[in-house]
Amino acid sequence: MSDKILEVKDLRVSFSTYAGEVQAVRGVNFDLNKGEVLAIVGESGCGKSVTAQTIMRLIPTPPSVIKQGSSILFDGKVEITKLTNREMERIRGSEMGMIFQDPMTSLNPTMTIGEQIAESLIKHQNMKHKAAIERAVEMLKLVGISNPEGRVKQFPHELSGGMRQRVMIAIALACNPKLLIADEPTTALDVTIQAQIIELMKKLQEKTDASIILITHDLGVVADMAQRVIVMYAGKVVEQGTLDDIFYRAEHPYTWGLLRSVPRLDQNTDEELVPIPGTPPDLFAPPKGCAFAARCPYAMQACLEEDPEHTKLSATHSAACWLLHPDAPKIEKPIEAGGRHHG
Amino acid sequence: MAEHILEVKDLKKHFNVGGGQVLKAVDGINFAIKRGETFGLVGESGCGKSTAGRTIIRLYEATSGEVLFNGENIYKYKDKKLKEFNRNMQMVFQDPYASLNPRMTIENIIGEGIDIHQLYSGKERKERIHSILNDVGLNSEHASRFPHEFSGGQRQRIGIARALAIEPQFIIADEPISALDVSVQAQVVNLFKQLQKDRGLTYLFIAHDLAMVKHISDRIGVMYLGKMVEVTTSEQLYAKPLHPYTESLLSAIPIPDPEVERKRERIILEGEVPSPLNPPSGCPFRTRCPKAMKECAESMPVMKEVEPGHFTACHLY
Repeated sequence: MSDKILEVKDLRVSFSTYAGEVQAVRGVNFDLNKGEVLAIVGESGCGKSVTAQTIMRLIPTPPSVIKQGSSILFDGKVEITKLTNREMERIRGSEMGMIFQDPMTSLNPTMTIGEQIAESLIKHQNMKHKAAIERAVEMLKLVGISNPEGRVKQFPHELSGGMRQRVMIAIALACNPKLLIADEPTTALDVTIQAQIIELMKKLQEKTDASIILITHDLGVVADMAQRVIVMYAGKVVEQGTLDDIFYRAEHPYTWGLLRSVPRLDQNTDEELVPIPGTPPDLFAPPKGCAFAARCPYAMQACLEEDPEHTKLSATHSAACWLLHPDAPKIEKPIEAGGRHHG
Repeated sequence: MAEHILEVKDLKKHFNVGGGQVLKAVDGINFAIKRGETFGLVGESGCGKSTAGRTIIRLYEATSGEVLFNGENIYKYKDKKLKEFNRNMQMVFQDPYASLNPRMTIENIIGEGIDIHQLYSGKERKERIHSILNDVGLNSEHASRFPHEFSGGQRQRIGIARALAIEPQFIIADEPISALDVSVQAQVVNLFKQLQKDRGLTYLFIAHDLAMVKHISDRIGVMYLGKMVEVTTSEQLYAKPLHPYTESLLSAIPIPDPEVERKRERIILEGEVPSPLNPPSGCPFRTRCPKAMKECAESMPVMKEVEPGHFTACHLY
């Protein structure tokens, strides 16, 4: 058996709209190891959520099209892109679970939370209703909800945002999935509640040994939770590596830009934030060369003409940038991005 | 001129929510803002920070208390004085999609205030609008366009231009960057800072992102459940938080640095913010406070100046 739970190869996803084809994901490659927490970071529209939802096959086709040649290999044997909807239903919710951003709208308001947790147990594990509800109570206890016997009979509107997110985690984990995808799981929550939910997810991850894909734009949450990071821009992976690769040894100008544009609580205020000028490109007609070139202070002629391939920097670290080409001019890396604490 | 441009004295805003219930969104807050500084107001959702901002600018009628602007009580203003006050205090809103009229051109959105206050007309008005667009990083070609033609960050610049058009002294910015992407947030924050430097503006900056608030503010007020719990300089707030709520709030924010995160001990608060319809007796934070004592349930602690310029409302001090 392979030690990879997920292998994504050359994933391309487009949406056909009345205005033309939006190329939301344009050739994404990455692996997810067993028991690992992998963060996908990037700004709105970079394709991180589409990537995740395509892995779960949650985007209806049409309007989305998974392009020829795309491959998502799950658990070393199942080719997700080739499954029928019926076959996918068997995997979704049992072997893969998902936590959505908005706990207010992603629970069914007309069902008790107990029924919602029990639903997948009854469907996937052929549990009797009574046993499934008992298991739901256990799940609620596991995710730290007090008085689970009482809560199991309540409806989502009776719970606060933080508790609803705990319920979502309980639903996602009910069947002991091998893969958990968390799409901005704490973005809608206040920071003190966010801290509780991150703590809970870390604890449950250790306990169940599930692999997690964490989608977020908050680099703080990444530093707190993930082991590996992929940085996406305009539908492509521009850099990937371990937490330390990305935070201390980043090589892509977009990663530098992300790291330098957020203020840090533990640093002096006199330091100017360095924003990334401009806005991401239009994915109706993505640029021919590197998609970041228009906003990149180091862009060269080559960047406008051809999209750079990934350069392997170490066993764990790679980046797609022409600056890494042996013939490229040497530039001085901005110090703030690339190891404030390492020199 | 007084040192303080704005003084908020025992301000209360209670909403009658029906069934005889009263929601005390803002329940007796006191603070003052110095001329030319940025005062950050932080707290979690439902703490009353936005209501405080909206009551200060008179979008809501205050239940009681006073707001002194340049030494005068703004709640006493009528007619002409009120119009003059409106010119001096402007607001930038959170949602750049909802706060611009989709049927108006950018020129008319920015020009509306100029027209109301009859500041400029004709050619002068146009020049004025073009120069403001330049100041916020847009250009005169944008004037004839409509809001839907702009990105979120650009729209927020338009919102700022609208506020600036009538040359206010004071701007209330209510979560002005939380709807924007991180790289764009930095653009807008730098714009706020630049405009302040150029024009000597005073800001009340309301946000939940403590790292960003600390970055932009000179002093910060922390609110919890309608009360102000701590007020101090942004350096002091981080270096030496006094109130247990401030302490746990700071501790809850993850820092984008893996090494720092690995070493950090986090205070995780139990439970959630109680309902403001039925707040706990005494100190509102006592139900979650790791240091709560008997007297915390009995009386609300008063705001004390624990060290020069550092105020907190907690029985520990």
